[in-house]
Amino acid sequence: MHTTYGKGLRGLSIAAIVTIGAALALAFFYAPLDANQGFIQKIFYIHVPLAIVTLCGFIFGALMAVQYLRTGDRRWDMRSYVAIHMALIFGIVGLITGSIWAKASWGHWWVWNEPTLVSYLIVLLLFCTYQPLRFSIEDPERQSRYASVFAIVAGAFVPLNFIAVRLAQQYVHPRVLTLTGGNLPGSMLLTFLVSLLGISLLYATLWKYEMAAKNARSQVRRLRRTLLGEDTMRPVGRSAAPS
Amino acid sequence: MRTALVVLRKDLRMEMRTWETVPAMVLLALVTFVIFHFGLNRDTIAGQEAAGVLTATLLFAAMLGVNRLFVAEREQGGFDAFLLAPVDRSAMLVAKAAGLFIFLTALEVIAIPAFKLFLLGPSLGPVLPGLILILVLANVGLAVIGTLVSAIAVHTRARDLIGPVIGLPLLIPALIATARAAGPLFNAGHVSGAPPGKWLAILALYDLVFALLAYAVFDFLLED
Amino acid sequence: MLAAMPPAIELRGLARYFGERTALHDVSLQVPDGATLAVLGRNGAGKSTLLRILAALLRPHAGEVLVFGESLPRRAFAVRGRLGLLAHEPLLYRELTGRENLEYHAALHRVDRGRVDEVLAAVQMERRADEPVRLLSRGMIQRLAVCRAVLHDPALLLLDEPRANLDPAASALVEPLIGRPAGRTRVLTSHDPRAALAEADLVLALKDGRVAYAGEPAGFDDARLQELYA
Repeated sequence: MHTTYGKGLRGLSIAAIVTIGAALALAFFYAPLDANQGFIQKIFYIHVPLAIVTLCGFIFGALMAVQYLRTGDRRWDMRSYVAIHMALIFGIVGLITGSIWAKASWGHWWVWNEPTLVSYLIVLLLFCTYQPLRFSIEDPERQSRYASVFAIVAGAFVPLNFIAVRLAQQYVHPRVLTLTGGNLPGSMLLTFLVSLLGISLLYATLWKYEMAAKNARSQVRRLRRTLLGEDTMRPVGRSAAPS
Repeated sequence: MRTALVVLRKDLRMEMRTWETVPAMVLLALVTFVIFHFGLNRDTIAGQEAAGVLTATLLFAAMLGVNRLFVAEREQGGFDAFLLAPVDRSAMLVAKAAGLFIFLTALEVIAIPAFKLFLLGPSLGPVLPGLILILVLANVGLAVIGTLVSAIAVHTRARDLIGPVIGLPLLIPALIATARAAGPLFNAGHVSGAPPGKWLAILALYDLVFALLAYAVFDFLLED
Repeated sequence: MLAAMPPAIELRGLARYFGERTALHDVSLQVPDGATLAVLGRNGAGKSTLLRILAALLRPHAGEVLVFGESLPRRAFAVRGRLGLLAHEPLLYRELTGRENLEYHAALHRVDRGRVDEVLAAVQMERRADEPVRLLSRGMIQRLAVCRAVLHDPALLLLDEPRANLDPAASALVEPLIGRPAGRTRVLTSHDPRAALAEADLVLALKDGRVAYAGEPAGFDDARLQELYA
């Protein structure tokens, strides 16, 4: 009941900023310039980590939703909600950077023969329905429950979708990252890993930050209700977010 | 699953009394074939193109059927009546999914011949067993996801929109597998009639995963 | 009468919220086996919520609910067969006939089909039982709803406005099934508080979800009645 998320927030933010700064520095000055695609290829160091963090965020959201259904503790639902909606924001930025990378690599703003990008789009389309779904259910408890069910189903969908689309697409271009490990030269690998770390830290920081804000708000409301009595509470309007 | 049979029988009886669902699905499918004829500006289609048209049409017709699945329960107290009874809650999932499967089969009994009549070039006869196998697997996936999505949607305000909007992305892997499995069957001159095993396996895997998942989470959708 | 049998219903500090709204708060009560409890209060006071919690359709947010010694909602499956709910909605499918509806409920509750004929005869609905429910008048629908509620011979009857839409003749017909003569433990609400008081062994008065009075009907005089509905 009395967890605060502010603990460690400052340290985490500093770590995130420092790591991202390092990643940018490495990307600009250390990593080699691609002969064919030029400078714009470096968007890869932002796009792929964003995509990875997005998908992990969705899966975390699904795991937290499982915890909510198991325990009934509304805090898990709040954690799940923040994880998913933060991941969606990262995901849209990831999609845009992916489009830029596609333009750099293959000359078009969108390509169908990059299966990862395509299945990524489908997953994003699915998770875009998460907030409208929440918003359209008024009863808060039911909202949390149904949203959790959705998060679990959608989370299970992510790997299935990737497999299906991967098998369906004929891809012409060599894969940069395969399941057996990257075939990146050393300097690119280092930059990529630092960037991945930085964006993960950024995600964690923003998640913690939003959790702290929401948590504080809900604790204030609870205090007001206890101290001043229920009649002073203004009814909360419909919202997509758990409170 | 005696309870599931009881609920299924009730649903089938309701459908035969009202004819709300299946005729609408059939009409949508037929009209969609006509639209594709004009949209593609072709008299006959074959191969992967034909498979894509058929799969997409079945998908949209299924979404139409999905919308009606739980409405009577919601509006006429069916949920309460069921929840008051000393029965296993997941029986409702099984019953509704089975009902939707039956509706889809009824739809296909009319839609497939219509497809041959209106659009399909190559002959259907030799590949029919293979096609039936694909459709059975596809129907399971449609039924499971459709039931799940319909149960979620029935308690929301934008009921008729939420169902398809959530359901269609979820069904994309099934769509891919169905269309790719059926593609070779519709090639002119193809006689062997066996659909590619890889895609059948994916479809079966998809069905299994989501059936288990739906069974696990369905209880949470029924509580108040 | 109030021997060593455990109470049919026991509530301790029951609370239930809907979002920010409090539907029930700190409700405590005991109802002996075989007794009739009248729940009084204005619209929105929490009466229907209480009935739905007792029917195991809603889960309590705080406190304890014991029905026949079993804790709800954890042990709901153990008592479901012994509860009968007569709600605001008849819980009947309009496109099916009365008989088909009752047979559906009988199958769900594992009750012999002969029982359907029995209850239909008791409320004199045999002739109209094979028409779709949507063609029936409200009074007939209410009679069918009573049939549905008592089909599985429940030990606890939860009656939300049981006499709504019933004319005196129909009311007399359902009396042996859901009234005092039925000999069951009953919880009933009514828009007519005086009628409810007349047949009650216990009274629970709710105001804004909180207990305004809980005890014998004799102690619930007109003054309190006025205050409750003020």
